[in-house]
Amino acid sequence: MTGSDIDFRLIYLAIPLSCLAGAILAGLLGWKIGRVGAHSVTILGVAIAFALSAFVVLPDVLAGNVFNGPVYTWGVSGGIPLEVGFQIDPLSALMMTVVTFVSLMVHVYTIGYMHDDPGYQRFFSYIALFTFSMLMLVMSNNFLQLFFGWEAVGLMSYLLIGFWFTRPTATFAQLKAFLVNRVGDFGFLLGIAAIYMTFGTLDYGAVFAIAPQAAAKTIQVFPGADWNLLTLICILLFVGAMGKSAQVPLHVWLPDSMEGPTPISALIHAATMVTAGIFMVARMSPLYELSETALSVVLVIGALTAFLMALVGIVQNDIKRVVAYSTLSQLGYMTVALGASAYSVGIFHLMTHAFFKALMFLAAGSVIIALHHEQDMQKMGGLRRRMPVTFLTAWVGSLALAGIPPFAGFFSKDMIIEAVRESHLPGSGLAYVAVLSTVFVTAFYTFRLLFLTFYGKPRMDEHTYKHVKESPWVVTVPLVLLAVPSFAAGFMTIDPLIFGGYFADSIKVLPAHDVIREIGEHYQGVAPFIAHGLQSAPFLLAVAGFGLAWFMYIRYPFLPGQIREKAGAIYTLLLRKYFVDEFNQFVFAGGARALGGLLWKIGDVKLIDGLAVNGTARVIGWMSAIVRRVQSGYVYHYAFAMILGLFLLITFFLHR
Amino acid sequence: MSFVTPNMMPAAPEIFVFSMACAILVLDLFLSERLRAVSFWLTQATLAGAALLTLKVMTAAPVITFNGMFVADRLADFLKLGTYGITFFVFAYSRDYLRDRGMFRGEYFVLGLFGVVGTMIMASASHFLTLYLGLELLSLSLYAMIAFQRDSSVATEAAMKYFVLGAIASGMLLYGMSMLYGVTGSLEISMVSAAIGRMSPDNVILIFGLVFVISGLAFKIGAVPFHMWVPDVYHGAPTAVALFIGTAPKLAGFALFLRLLVGGLEPLAGSWQTMLVIIALLSMAIGNIVAIAQDNIKRMLAYSSISHMGFFLLGILSAGANGYGSSLFYILVYAIMSAGSFGMIILLSRAGFEAERLEDFRGLNQRSPWHAFLMMLLMLSMAGVPPTAGFYAKLLVIQSVIQADMIWLAIASVLLAVIGAYYYLRVIKLMYFDDATEQVPIRAGWDAQVLLGFNALLLIGVLPWVGTIMELCRQAIRSLS
Repeated sequence: MTGSDIDFRLIYLAIPLSCLAGAILAGLLGWKIGRVGAHSVTILGVAIAFALSAFVVLPDVLAGNVFNGPVYTWGVSGGIPLEVGFQIDPLSALMMTVVTFVSLMVHVYTIGYMHDDPGYQRFFSYIALFTFSMLMLVMSNNFLQLFFGWEAVGLMSYLLIGFWFTRPTATFAQLKAFLVNRVGDFGFLLGIAAIYMTFGTLDYGAVFAIAPQAAAKTIQVFPGADWNLLTLICILLFVGAMGKSAQVPLHVWLPDSMEGPTPISALIHAATMVTAGIFMVARMSPLYELSETALSVVLVIGALTAFLMALVGIVQNDIKRVVAYSTLSQLGYMTVALGASAYSVGIFHLMTHAFFKALMFLAAGSVIIALHHEQDMQKMGGLRRRMPVTFLTAWVGSLALAGIPPFAGFFSKDMIIEAVRESHLPGSGLAYVAVLSTVFVTAFYTFRLLFLTFYGKPRMDEHTYKHVKESPWVVTVPLVLLAVPSFAAGFMTIDPLIFGGYFADSIKVLPAHDVIREIGEHYQGVAPFIAHGLQSAPFLLAVAGFGLAWFMYIRYPFLPGQIREKAGAIYTLLLRKYFVDEFNQFVFAGGARALGGLLWKIGDVKLIDGLAVNGTARVIGWMSAIVRRVQSGYVYHYAFAMILGLFLLITFFLHR
Repeated sequence: MSFVTPNMMPAAPEIFVFSMACAILVLDLFLSERLRAVSFWLTQATLAGAALLTLKVMTAAPVITFNGMFVADRLADFLKLGTYGITFFVFAYSRDYLRDRGMFRGEYFVLGLFGVVGTMIMASASHFLTLYLGLELLSLSLYAMIAFQRDSSVATEAAMKYFVLGAIASGMLLYGMSMLYGVTGSLEISMVSAAIGRMSPDNVILIFGLVFVISGLAFKIGAVPFHMWVPDVYHGAPTAVALFIGTAPKLAGFALFLRLLVGGLEPLAGSWQTMLVIIALLSMAIGNIVAIAQDNIKRMLAYSSISHMGFFLLGILSAGANGYGSSLFYILVYAIMSAGSFGMIILLSRAGFEAERLEDFRGLNQRSPWHAFLMMLLMLSMAGVPPTAGFYAKLLVIQSVIQADMIWLAIASVLLAVIGAYYYLRVIKLMYFDDATEQVPIRAGWDAQVLLGFNALLLIGVLPWVGTIMELCRQAIRSLS
């Protein structure tokens, strides 16, 4: 091992650990170092992580230096080393940069947003820890550490969604997020267990190397049904991804997570938790490639999520919820890309989405602060003159989200649609229709949000409107800094990232599935791509969505109300989010509670507590009281016991 | 007949400690009451010096001297270093306690040092006589230490009982040794072992001797049914003495078992294994069950020590280097836990008040969260809750039992440990969930405070090095064969 290798291992270690150190300092010593101290240490930690990722690790990876190996072995159990190991390659380096960048922006923004909150230090500690968990997940080179990061991210999201734990809605939302994620994590854990059972190792490299030989193996989970083992593993892992990345039907926690403070919504939605599932599937591309069934499942679930969730976004009035449903829908897009074997495009969309979604959230947050925590769009309007920076950056974010060229979202979304069109998997036809129609819906709800918030007449009361003013610099600077990549990240990176072979060996695609290559045959550069995009269906649909939004919310603002009355049933269906929550609440939550109640009354109170626990305790206590009498305090009793013991031992051995 | 001066070097630590003990005894006569602390510091310096000396004369290969009566090997060095360390802590905890009760006299430390010499001699014994010599030196020091508080009738009674019963046990041990001598014709441990190897293991006299020897050993460590003295002595002796009895002599007990049973009688392992199974099982059962009924914490710890000795025997009886190694680890951890627990009792006591009832721990968390936390660590470790050292100690001995194909014994010991967890957890419950009945602030010397904190935190702080320590223990065992 050369000197530079050792140096780089330290750098890799420093990236997550600087976040962890910040979190520990702010969390444990927050009472001592105060508010400024808390935000300084965490921001410093994340800034170091970002600087190292973006300016040291990324260039190094681009120069062709990848790393894959253990850094610390903390135990060996039954012959399996339990290691902290890093796999630093183009995929993880890109994720590290995106995660730390968005996290840094969120940290700075939090100074303004949480300014008056009594839990200031705690909040900073949590978000730094969140970043740490996500980095551990992304950098991992084995399933165990992946699982650690996976769970840690889940835990932190639980703590952060319920950050205002005195609000009943927040504690409900955090519990919901946690429970829904448990369902996903259960599948994920089963998947990891299946991997260990099949391959006997938890190391990515080793698993990927022997995976092709296991492609034909089958397993009988239920007698008489032969299932392809790899398909089973991939689907189980994807169940975990469905939980974390909020795919239908495990999406229900994400809109509720809006109960947390806005910076955390931005962090969860843009850079950390929800992208974990997408990243994981991309990382596991060597496995997914071997199972067309699994890819097909991924494709269909993604398409359904993209379309159904976008529809729900139309009827929401809470500004953050609209953005939340848009996240769900965009995650669906990324999942579709994964299903179509266009992993690099999925990650590409993940990156552009991270920028413009963080921007949208922070802009929404900026509006919310200005209106003193009012989130209902029906009570906004006319803010464009009062908050020029927020307004302009929100425009950038909206254009990117709607996929208007040359904004970042256009490139990634168009690539996904192209990829689906080229895909030959079962279900790809349906997926194509779904993602295409979603473009229209996306543009519609995005501009609806923009128009309701910034245009038209102010719908808040006179007094509030007079006092609305632009947010402080700690809020606007991150907005501007995020607006830049939201605009430029697309055309700057599409060439190297998608067609330049950036991901190299970190993503594996079988030739039969290689949709990117097929697209690449027609690809001639950024400008022709835009020109082509301007004439294609997605762009026209986006413009139509924009037009409809303009028509309904600026030209004839009385229209929505009338439509709502006419289309009662559909409106209710969308407003109640297809009744998934009600279903879960009744069937799963209710059923579980009924079962739990039954087991509690009969199993726990009667059998375990009554018979086993208290019964044993009573018997032992009774024995104890009797045996202690032997201890009489007389020496001759003691001596007698000794002699007796000796005598019995001798007898026992002589008559054996 | 020519007289050859034996090689004294391997015994240098023993000679040093012994000379220092005599010197302190004389010096103490001339010290005024004010300067009494000098004896204490000299004693501590002696322990430190002995440690340095042991490290200095330590050799990789075993050295046998004094005509085959004395051996200096890894095992002996390891045990000696452990004894110094633990005794150092014990004396530091005791100082304030003794001073507050007008017992701060040189004799306590001198007797303690003699006990340490006894332990050292046992650790290095390669001959029945040396072994017995060390054992009696230790026992006599202990008898005197228990009776140290002359005007206390409980202490005198305890000393009396211990003395009488100890004499019987010594008699059994000697009787057993004499039978072994009669059969094998030698008192040197390696020769005995070699002679037995040539005989049938069913030889009646051998079995007789073995039973007597084991009974004597079981008495010394306080295992059932030879345990009756333990609660009375722990209860009756001044806490500082109970602290001493509960720690260093346990290491001596380990030395006894290893030198006699493993070094000398290994060919009979088949027989003594079964005996030890019975003794261990009874000890774990009686110790844990009866401890529940105690309301005096010193008595509770006495029964807890009985059950811990049962666990300790699990390692020995599973025979093989792994088992002995885990026993050594267990006994070390136990000595540390025991020192900490008694140290805590001493810390909470003050002049005219002994914090020896369980009630006295009530609401400790309100009075001093730090001490409550340390006590919680100690109790959790005693109960064997991960990630404390006590857990690893139990884990290792139980693993060795499983390796010896006695799964039923492993299950039984785990169940008994669960029963035992009850009374340790009760202390935690009293400290954290009950209201304090008194509000007297806790005060103690800073050195005892620091040492106690270190002692308790060691039980989880040692976690990353459990593997290393276990490896050291195995190395020490390997030097035996």
